[in-house]
Amino acid sequence: MYRYDEQDRKLVRERVAQFRGQTERYLAGELKEEEFLPLRLQNGLYVQRLAPMLRIAVPYGLMNSAQVRRLAHITRKYDKGYAHFTTRQNVQLNWPNLEDVPDILAELAEVEMHAVQTSGNCIRNTTTDQFAGVARDELIDPRPYCELIRQWSTFHPEFAFLPRKFKIAVCGAEQDRAAIRAHDIGVQIVKNDQGETGFQILVGGGLGRTPILGVAIRDFLPETHLLSYLEAIVRVYNQLGRRDNKFKARIKILVKALGPEEFARRVEAEWEQIKDGADQLTPEAISWAQRFFPEPAYKTIDSGHSEAVLRDQAGEDKAFARWLERNTFPHRVPGYQAVTLSTKPTGIPPGDVTDRQLEAIADLADQYSFGEVRVTHEQNVVLADVEQEKLFELWQAARKQGFATPNIGTLTDMICCPGGDYCSLANAKSIPVAEAIQRKFDDLDYLYDLGDLDLNISGCMNACGHHHIGHIGILGVDKKGEEFYQVQLGGSSNEKASLGKVLGPSFSREEMPETIGKILDVFAENRQPEELFIDTYNRIGLQPFKERVYAKAS
Amino acid sequence: MPKPAKPSVKKPVGAQPENPAQLILDGAVADNQWNLLPLGDEAEITADNLAPGKVILPLSVWLELREDLQERKEEIGVWLDSDETADLIGEYAAELPLIAAHFPAFTDGRGFTVGRLLRERYGFTGEVRAVGNFIRDQLTYLTRCGFNAFAYQGDQPLEGLLESLGDFTDSYQAAVDQPLPIFRRRALA
Repeated sequence: MYRYDEQDRKLVRERVAQFRGQTERYLAGELKEEEFLPLRLQNGLYVQRLAPMLRIAVPYGLMNSAQVRRLAHITRKYDKGYAHFTTRQNVQLNWPNLEDVPDILAELAEVEMHAVQTSGNCIRNTTTDQFAGVARDELIDPRPYCELIRQWSTFHPEFAFLPRKFKIAVCGAEQDRAAIRAHDIGVQIVKNDQGETGFQILVGGGLGRTPILGVAIRDFLPETHLLSYLEAIVRVYNQLGRRDNKFKARIKILVKALGPEEFARRVEAEWEQIKDGADQLTPEAISWAQRFFPEPAYKTIDSGHSEAVLRDQAGEDKAFARWLERNTFPHRVPGYQAVTLSTKPTGIPPGDVTDRQLEAIADLADQYSFGEVRVTHEQNVVLADVEQEKLFELWQAARKQGFATPNIGTLTDMICCPGGDYCSLANAKSIPVAEAIQRKFDDLDYLYDLGDLDLNISGCMNACGHHHIGHIGILGVDKKGEEFYQVQLGGSSNEKASLGKVLGPSFSREEMPETIGKILDVFAENRQPEELFIDTYNRIGLQPFKERVYAKAS
Repeated sequence: MPKPAKPSVKKPVGAQPENPAQLILDGAVADNQWNLLPLGDEAEITADNLAPGKVILPLSVWLELREDLQERKEEIGVWLDSDETADLIGEYAAELPLIAAHFPAFTDGRGFTVGRLLRERYGFTGEVRAVGNFIRDQLTYLTRCGFNAFAYQGDQPLEGLLESLGDFTDSYQAAVDQPLPIFRRRALA
């Protein structure tokens, strides 16, 4: 993974010192509340319902075990002993004291971490595929480009006060596991007919109040021009994006207002002026960035043998077989598999882990996966490089720590925002709904039979729980001071991304598990063999679900 | 290079930049040598009745009077409101000693782009001045974007602001103060 050199260390140190000074001036009354606000946000600090919330950056989700251990230490020393993985592959602390934040940032800096630009109207943490570098369908490893984007966007002097937040995601594989169509900029790595590497650039995706999927404004951008093209897009947005209404300030609104063709024309005109400048990614620069993501020291493994062993183990232990099926992912190197540690056992807020669990993750990473972990945008944790022959042992260890719930990709592996329990923006709680659904659908055979099913929950229209792109999406709404839940069907976040459609009037929290049950019944009755929920939905449409869910009792 | 175009539609007058007696210029506190004409009374201004001395004109006034003011051009500056881009001055920048960008609110970051374009695209070497409601904590980034003068109108002493000019001593990306992004400098090393 990327390692800091003296320049990175100096920059982060200077940032910590800057924010320490700002916090002191704020506490001394020399910096106004409204002036401190964007400064603290750009250092990851929110003020929430019950306490401040600190969002720590995990660049494209990648951490080493020393960093994970430091997080465990920080949650213990400065917080209540747990942390939360977010849909931007970051980590949140829910209970730090404002006065402690500069110290927390200093502790993070010691392990090459920070909380820079995890909030505020600036370029946020760039995200990518959690299986980067190991997936079989990968064209090119996206991480070196993510790192170059991270460096370009970090402390960018021109783009720290944009009209609104700005999110970039990069996908290097055939299957889009990074939801790039739901981002302000989606970067899809492609090769042209000559075999040259480049990027398809999508712009104007985003969720929130006005969910829109990104559209391609360029089908092939040569590799060398990545940063200048990003700069041109953000510059056009900085100049023309609306600033009069924060709900209309995202780039998606500008792209829609101008039309994608006109927006693209302006970007191209700007880019023409800067494309041959210093931001060009020379071959030296690219190979420099690639050096940080070398292939780990894989063993040469007779995968015929290791797979036979796995089959035997799975044959003898049904629980292991289930875990193997749901929580592991094929690896491009024979004899290896990627493992997803589930943070979603029933009854725990999705994405929450304790300090002890963080330490256990670090230990597992050291023992089984070259000391590295990845946070996924589904709020789980991936150990990307596990020997097949160690899977059984790892499974047993993960089980002890509560990470082996074999539900990855199923209904109960939900994306869920912190909701009304923590967040001051929320209209409704989301965690209790997630838990009620997990409790109702705890029969693993039933879950497996349903197959891959994304259920996403947001506590308000800001859509941190990505409800628009869940196969089933749940949105908390406020009806005359009471919490209700709207259901959407048919969303999808992959390369065939789509936005869900509202099923109809909303439900009380108590009605939610049963409502989901009815939806699943319609699926089961209409499903063709092995068909996934989203495919059945696309075939039969919303109406049959609507009829069942809103049928009058006879 | 794009030719400057006259803004065709009259817009409503919003908050106007102030013109403090002192400012930060090239890293030190200095007396403000310039007057600044706000928007609002510009209709009465002509090349003949414009008061003598150094004055910063709103873009619309300057575009109107530019040719008539050629003899005084050493003492005529221009300020851009936040919805006016550097392209509206374009290559005319070369004949100006000072261009200011207005920050009606410190959260309005359009002026950062103005600074970079003036310096990097139009080769402007005169004074680039921030006016309006920017805050101390933006001075480093403003400097990186090419600003060398700060007509601060907040309530903090200017001496304190000087400390924030040097919050960072290095940078990742190219900007006015550093022509090479860090990856180029590293790959060169």
